[in-house]
Amino acid sequence: MKNIKWITFALVVMLALVLAACGGAKEEATPAPAATEAPAAAATEAPAATEAPSQPAEEMACDDPLGCISVAAGDPIRIGYALVVSGPNETLGVDSRRGIEIAIDDKGEVLGHPIELVGEDALCSAEGGQAAATKLASDPTLIGVIGTNCSSAGEPASAILSDAGTVLVSPSNTAPSLTDPETHQAGYLRTAHNDKVQGKAVAEYAYNELGARTAATIHDGSPYAEQLQQVFADVFTELGGEIVAQEAVNAGDTDMRPVLTSIAVHKPDFLYYPIFIAEGGFITAQAKEVSGLEDTILAGSDGMISPDFVAAAGDAAEGMYISGPNLAFESELGKHFLEAHQAKYGEDPLSAFHAHAYDGANMLFAAVEKVAVQDADGNIYIGRQALRDALFATAGMEGITGTITCDEYGDCADPQIVINQIQNGEYVPVWPK
Amino acid sequence: MLRNLLKKYDTTDLVMYLIGAVLAALVIYGSYQTLSSGKYSGEVWLDFIIFGLAQGSIYALIALGYTLVYGILFMINFAHGEVFMSGTFTAYFLAIYLDSTGFWNQHPIISILLALVVAVAVSTTIAVVLERIAYRPLRGAPRLVPLITAIGASFFLQYTFRGLYGSGVKTYPDVDALKGSWNIFGIEILKTQAVVIVASVILMVALRFYVQKTKAGRAMRAVAEDKEAAALMGIDVDRVIVNTFALGGASAAAAGIMYALIFKQVNAFMGFIPGIKAFTAAVLGGIGNLPGAMLGGLFLGVVESLGPSLVLDGLGIPAPYQLKDAIAFLMLVLVLIFRPSGIMGENLSEKKA
Repeated sequence: MKNIKWITFALVVMLALVLAACGGAKEEATPAPAATEAPAAAATEAPAATEAPSQPAEEMACDDPLGCISVAAGDPIRIGYALVVSGPNETLGVDSRRGIEIAIDDKGEVLGHPIELVGEDALCSAEGGQAAATKLASDPTLIGVIGTNCSSAGEPASAILSDAGTVLVSPSNTAPSLTDPETHQAGYLRTAHNDKVQGKAVAEYAYNELGARTAATIHDGSPYAEQLQQVFADVFTELGGEIVAQEAVNAGDTDMRPVLTSIAVHKPDFLYYPIFIAEGGFITAQAKEVSGLEDTILAGSDGMISPDFVAAAGDAAEGMYISGPNLAFESELGKHFLEAHQAKYGEDPLSAFHAHAYDGANMLFAAVEKVAVQDADGNIYIGRQALRDALFATAGMEGITGTITCDEYGDCADPQIVINQIQNGEYVPVWPK
Repeated sequence: MLRNLLKKYDTTDLVMYLIGAVLAALVIYGSYQTLSSGKYSGEVWLDFIIFGLAQGSIYALIALGYTLVYGILFMINFAHGEVFMSGTFTAYFLAIYLDSTGFWNQHPIISILLALVVAVAVSTTIAVVLERIAYRPLRGAPRLVPLITAIGASFFLQYTFRGLYGSGVKTYPDVDALKGSWNIFGIEILKTQAVVIVASVILMVALRFYVQKTKAGRAMRAVAEDKEAAALMGIDVDRVIVNTFALGGASAAAAGIMYALIFKQVNAFMGFIPGIKAFTAAVLGGIGNLPGAMLGGLFLGVVESLGPSLVLDGLGIPAPYQLKDAIAFLMLVLVLIFRPSGIMGENLSEKKA
């Protein structure tokens, strides 16, 4: 009897939680979890079905030093993604994944083969990148991987996938180290800008346009944030400004008031914290409450371009500056993309790197078409080294983000940095005018 | 003389004291350097302390749950951080609903109390259900078993909430009435922080009163002292234990609402780090001891807020706030070297140890 009481009680509580969950989804007006969960599930289930591609009867001679990827007639060409599709930064990854999905819709098929997207959650951490890359590297049928979002995940992922002979095309890694001649991995390219450009743009805007003479920075120990704030600090100093503090916090920290108080002692004109959504939200919301920072201009970068950030920071985000790629696409292709996005997902892009993902996927398709060898039965063979060479040889490709030309270290972007200001909760470009 | 000393303390003790002395010397040297450099003014130090107290009172309220359960069952309820998360997360849905109707800012006090009621109801329920289905069947098992179960329960709750509500960050609506700061005796103090500090002090005093002065509290202390004897005296031990879990859950929920007032953001994994910190606070204060947990929480909060500037700045370490956890745990090591049972802990009896 007592037991039954307990079980009923537990059931009622569970029911309440489920109801709250449904109610919650409606409140948010963005059915993001439900809508995005489905493709992921479909994508991860799919490999099982295609686990055993019917091997072509006669293997064609493959003389590529890294081996070949063979796709039997009628089988799909498979590409992978390794993006952050859960956690506080999920909008970054979902945004990029939608870019890839639209690229696939637009492309339809490659050499008569349909295109299939499979993916792993690379999170926004080195561990996440490593796990996702290891899983994707174990799949020999993938022609390439689009990812990662966070540079922290990109560092291990680029090494693992390069070693496996695959290519990794990142739509949003911006840390300079990834394409530095010293540390560049052979199979790594990116359509996102290098932060050497972004850090410089922010420093010039702060010094020349806003008239800031003293600045402080905060990073979270991630390669992205640490390198970006360093580029900013170097350029700002070169311009004649003074860096009064370079602080750091940890991912997962919530109480930023102490660190902000220690910065406030220097009363900087400009506070730059190019970090991610959760911690960036805490800093933005708490900076206004710290005495000494009332007149300080707050600024962040593309890791914080998301409606989630505006929600997390609240009213405090109003007026702050966020640098990022230029998203006001002038080209026909860009307009088509935005229409397709609106039609397919019923909303505007969530974050900053959808177009870069679209361009990255198209770059990969173009390279496949260039190097794939087709036999009489319709089977195709793609040399891994040849594919890699073709990608690095990409030049003058017209994408949404500009004209894409890769250099020998994998920087392919046509970097166009804009500074946005948050006005009424929207990211409004204010520079260049 | 030396031989006598060596006899009295064995080598391990001596090495520990030596380490302790070196750490203490570093802390003192760093503090001296910072203070003599005059980089921070008195007001700034005061700000650091107030921020620390606000964060610390949240730790303290969560730590009460750890310490209450440990005091009675001698088990560490590692799912307590998730109990804290569950109430706060559920109350978020009420908060945004109230905000959408405009009620939230018209009647902020009623709204916050309503959110508190929801949070307490959910957290208490989860804590009690957890006790019933995860811990009670293992009451007689070796100590390690409920500990591992608690870790499992913690993951279960995290991923249940993640599955139900998604993994994104949710943000509590602003309370307009609590924006800005008050000037109390010439000290600028943020309204939210003042409210949080005062409310937690009231809650802690109430809890202390409950445990010390009421009949149910006396039963609790009796069970903590000796379960069998308490049962022989006619105390329903199971009920007392359920009571304890409920009390811990309620204080965690209160901590959750305070957390929501100060930090606004909630997500399914928000309970983990405060949970660990609160556990540390409970150990720091002397686990099983209520005033100890309060003191430990406040101490930890203040050290985290003050330590990096005070100690690490003086030692010339760049970006010291990334190391605030290191400084907090350094303090834990220091305290435990010199007072192995915590700041307020009594020497543990054979049974408890």
